[in-house]
Amino acid sequence: MNAPVPVLRVSDLNVSFGADSVVRGVSFTINPGECLALVGESGSGKSVTARSLIGLAGRGSQVQAGALELAGRDARRLSQRSWRGIRGKQVGLILQDALTSLDPLRTVGKEIDDSLRLHSSGSSAQRAARVIELLESVGLDDPVHRAAQLPGELSGGMRQRALIASAIALDPALIIADEPTTALDATIAASVMELLGGLRRSGSGMLLISHDLAAVARVADSIAVMQHGQLVEHGPRDQVLGDPQHSYTRALLAADPAGKPRFARLSPVPASAEVPPGLPAVSRPPAGAPAAGVQPALRARGLAKSFPVSRSAPFQAVRQVDFKLLPGRTLGIVGESGSGKTTTARMALGLLAPDAGSVELFGEPWSGVPESARRSRRRALGAIYQDPASSFDPRLSAGSLLADAVSFGATRNPRSHTAKIAQLLQLVGLDPEVAGRNPATLSGGQRQRLAIARALAPEPRVLVCDEPVSALDVSIQAQVLDLLDDLQQRLGLSYLFISHDLSVIRHMSDDVLVMRAGEVVESGATETVFTDPQHHYTRALLAAARVSAGPGASGPGGSR
Amino acid sequence: MTMTGPALPAGDPLLAPHPGNVRRRRAGGVRRLASHIPWLAAGAVLLFFVLAAAAPGLLAPLDPLAINPAAAFSPPGPGHFLGTDESGRDIYSRIIHGARPSLLIGAAATAVGLALALVLGTMAGFGGKRLDSGVGRILEVLFALPGLLLALVFIALAGPGVGTTVIAVGLTSAPGYARIIRGQIIALRNSPMVEAATVLGRSRSHILAIHILPNALAPIAVLATLGLGQAILWAASLSFLGLGAPPPAPEWGTMLSAGRTYLSLAWWMTFFPGLTIVLVAAAATVLSRSLKFRGTR
Amino acid sequence: MSTPTATPPRRRAGPGRSLKWLLGRLGGGIFVLWAVATAIFFGIRMIPGDPAEAIMGGPGSQASAEALAAARAEYGLDQPLFVQYFGQLWRLATGDLGTSYSLKSPVAEVLGELIPPTLLLAGLALLLAWAMALALAVLSTRSGPWGSAIGSGLEIVSAAVPHFWLASVLIMVFSTSLGWFPPVSTNAPAGLVLPVATLALPLAGFLGQVMRDSMEGAQRSPYALSARARGESETGVLLRHSLRHAALPGIALSGWALGSLLSGAVVVETIFARPGLGRSLLQAVTARDIPLVTGVALFSAAAYVVVMALSDLAERVADPRIGTP
Repeated sequence: MNAPVPVLRVSDLNVSFGADSVVRGVSFTINPGECLALVGESGSGKSVTARSLIGLAGRGSQVQAGALELAGRDARRLSQRSWRGIRGKQVGLILQDALTSLDPLRTVGKEIDDSLRLHSSGSSAQRAARVIELLESVGLDDPVHRAAQLPGELSGGMRQRALIASAIALDPALIIADEPTTALDATIAASVMELLGGLRRSGSGMLLISHDLAAVARVADSIAVMQHGQLVEHGPRDQVLGDPQHSYTRALLAADPAGKPRFARLSPVPASAEVPPGLPAVSRPPAGAPAAGVQPALRARGLAKSFPVSRSAPFQAVRQVDFKLLPGRTLGIVGESGSGKTTTARMALGLLAPDAGSVELFGEPWSGVPESARRSRRRALGAIYQDPASSFDPRLSAGSLLADAVSFGATRNPRSHTAKIAQLLQLVGLDPEVAGRNPATLSGGQRQRLAIARALAPEPRVLVCDEPVSALDVSIQAQVLDLLDDLQQRLGLSYLFISHDLSVIRHMSDDVLVMRAGEVVESGATETVFTDPQHHYTRALLAAARVSAGPGASGPGGSR
Repeated sequence: MTMTGPALPAGDPLLAPHPGNVRRRRAGGVRRLASHIPWLAAGAVLLFFVLAAAAPGLLAPLDPLAINPAAAFSPPGPGHFLGTDESGRDIYSRIIHGARPSLLIGAAATAVGLALALVLGTMAGFGGKRLDSGVGRILEVLFALPGLLLALVFIALAGPGVGTTVIAVGLTSAPGYARIIRGQIIALRNSPMVEAATVLGRSRSHILAIHILPNALAPIAVLATLGLGQAILWAASLSFLGLGAPPPAPEWGTMLSAGRTYLSLAWWMTFFPGLTIVLVAAAATVLSRSLKFRGTR
Repeated sequence: MSTPTATPPRRRAGPGRSLKWLLGRLGGGIFVLWAVATAIFFGIRMIPGDPAEAIMGGPGSQASAEALAAARAEYGLDQPLFVQYFGQLWRLATGDLGTSYSLKSPVAEVLGELIPPTLLLAGLALLLAWAMALALAVLSTRSGPWGSAIGSGLEIVSAAVPHFWLASVLIMVFSTSLGWFPPVSTNAPAGLVLPVATLALPLAGFLGQVMRDSMEGAQRSPYALSARARGESETGVLLRHSLRHAALPGIALSGWALGSLLSGAVVVETIFARPGLGRSLLQAVTARDIPLVTGVALFSAAAYVVVMALSDLAERVADPRIGTP
């Protein structure tokens, strides 16, 4: 069998912006029908690599390559005009969120038609027919109607399909997909990923870019791992997943919570330093202990909440939610966007009054109590959020934030509680010198640690965690999850843990609540729910969630 | 950030701040220095005129009111480097001595405008739905008579003069500022920061005093700087129209108004006072822009 | 991920909705006019002294006793305040704007003569400002960092250049030195050039700044990247995508722009000795001719309300996301 002409061959690719070298010595080849996954965390240079391949690295970039061949043609010295002939026709690009990747002011049909028109394929009537055909082929119902709609009028999944239609309009030999499913809910993401897999089977080569090693494992033939602008590992999928050579690849695999048992470490670094003196060491009640007679830390009965979206039809965000959070344990709430999990958390925090039902904190009424009466009891209940930065007063330094929390609002002078602040920082694994910094200058992981430190300052017994790791890179996510595990074991905390990510929930929770459209569809002990789901929606979620990363992934991860 | 080529999407969450990227931004030291030039220059211009207002004699030894008919209408040259006016008074000295009244009128008008805006803006921001919509209606009416129109209607009622000018210019600028302050307060009231403070058990009044008000008022510095330039422009416009300070005083707008009659004969009488106003207003604009930029970082 | 992302269906035009929109706008407009009239009515009476004298030009006007008596009779100043107030409102509502004492003719007639030349001036200036702002936005995004630096420099300067000085400089250069255009404005094309340019330049700087911001945003957006990846040329990206995004804030600001043009017309019409609303307003203010001032103020407010409604309509046409009323 003759070796096919690769759809893409690049060797020794270097991209820099001024003095910043962003991509260094990257080489790979993609054959027809082959899918290469390029995996890396934010700032690794994977998106710039993708964009350099179609001559769109951006203004101020210098791109050099030993070879850059698109379907056998040297693309290194192409004029802008020749590039335009290649883009769209031979290479299609699919970006992350179609809400911003399709012009919000133009109809979906017009955007797709542009691809056809630019490469002058047919009369306008022929093109219009082809647009409908394309929309149908990516699985959109009622394509005639969809073509006349704006991107903002479609759901996330439909939009992404329309974007894919515009990229494959001319049957390009190479499809570059840059985080094509990252903005989507798990079930939708799975179906879009399936669509992409189908395209590859029809003969297109595909470069799939993702921050999530496990997410691409199902589709990719080979995997290239990128770190700091370089490929640190590159090989067939099973080899990379099963026998990773580079420590970074191993760390990435270990960081994935999927398939890791409760309290198994995800990150190679210790989550926090030694237990600072002066903190009570509370041991966690043994897992699986019967709950009889134990008073729940937090208990909800029949919670319901609706929001007035329009006068005629209020939006029922949450209906009939019951749960029980036992001391020292974690209750996970999992659901896709719009499932009502955040609304539930806000009611549990006493930030939102439920329309019906009640919340109890350690056996005493928590909802329906005036805020003035609740205030003194708030010490028992802390919260951390997805975006810690927005929950900090922008005028305060890290130390001042902690001083405010430690002193119950009496002072924001960090010098008044130096010892306690240092202790808190140490507890969450931050250097005490962080106290003098502005939170805006901290990294995402550091900021979340600071938020945790602040939440712990009043020595709460319950922590409500609303998507605490969703905005973080996998390796940072692993560190924060490890930290939360540590703190729970050390301080005997109870967590109400909210996430859209099934594997995070499974790794973190003792009990779980599966929510959809404001309702609890299934609840119970985590392992029971995950191994023997009763509700069809839970089953669909589990099927959509990336399966465990493959052989060896659940092995001795993290060993370095 | 490692990959901010201008053609890259700004909304890409993968381009979100990353620890390794902050360091790299420091690369272009020269460019960083160059980015400071605009606000340094703007600051220097404002400082010069503040100095002129404080001690005009230091910068301009000549008497701004000294009449010298023999030297009337001298073009810019060695003796009078910005020329003289119809009575032979030195234009440069008049500009320097005019700094004090002009800046004072501008500052007073800005203060009036901001004070009014603060009252309206905080009322709308904190006062609940009904008060908010009430203030919104008042603002809508004020917006319907923008710029000079409102000032002129006010002067028609109250009569011309320096005091009227100050209030009129303040009145003109107030609705815009009020809207900004209101927006700021409402955004803060609904921010996760307030939610976090509530969870920590802080009372409403504590949150208001410690977290909302200080953050809402921070942009006032930006507004005041920008407003000073604009207020000087408006006040000068009114003087130019003959509704401001009385003629012999060396106030910038009044000088312009006097020079208008001799536009074809002595262009420098109009040009230089006007240029001064432009310089001050531009400097204030540049400075407020960089203040704003620093505030958002 | 955790917020509900319900996608509302595009709001379609319907007779009920259109009517509601129109009534809302009308009600808002009437409120603004009522508030302006009320503010002026009570403003006059809050000034110490004789309101009749205030109406007739203030203490300095030295109006004759007969004139003052006539004013008292016309405005019913000897009657109780609320009778006067509702009488005044009724007169205004029926279109009786009173008599300009300085011009000795009905205010409505005076306005009828003054409005067309001012609208011509403001309209031309708005068009020119729009054209220049778009050109500025396009230029500064297309010529790299230097273009953008020059662009923002120009914008700051034009935001800081007052009409009166710009007019003076333009007259000095193009009229006194070069002799290309007359320093006194007429309705002949050559006579309109300098006043229109004076009004348009600062506005163009402001609009250009706003348009450039959204243009730059559009040029860097993922949808522009998608378009380029489809094979779209830079010109194509500009014409098919960015330009429309850049125009949106410009349209939204048109109501404000017209206001600033009317305000600028006071200065420009005065300098170029051009008959119009602005110059007459200044004369009325100087003479403290309250009926005429009230008339001009009411017209400006009404114009503002109308233009705001029009720009709202235009925005809805240009931005399909909002939907037609």
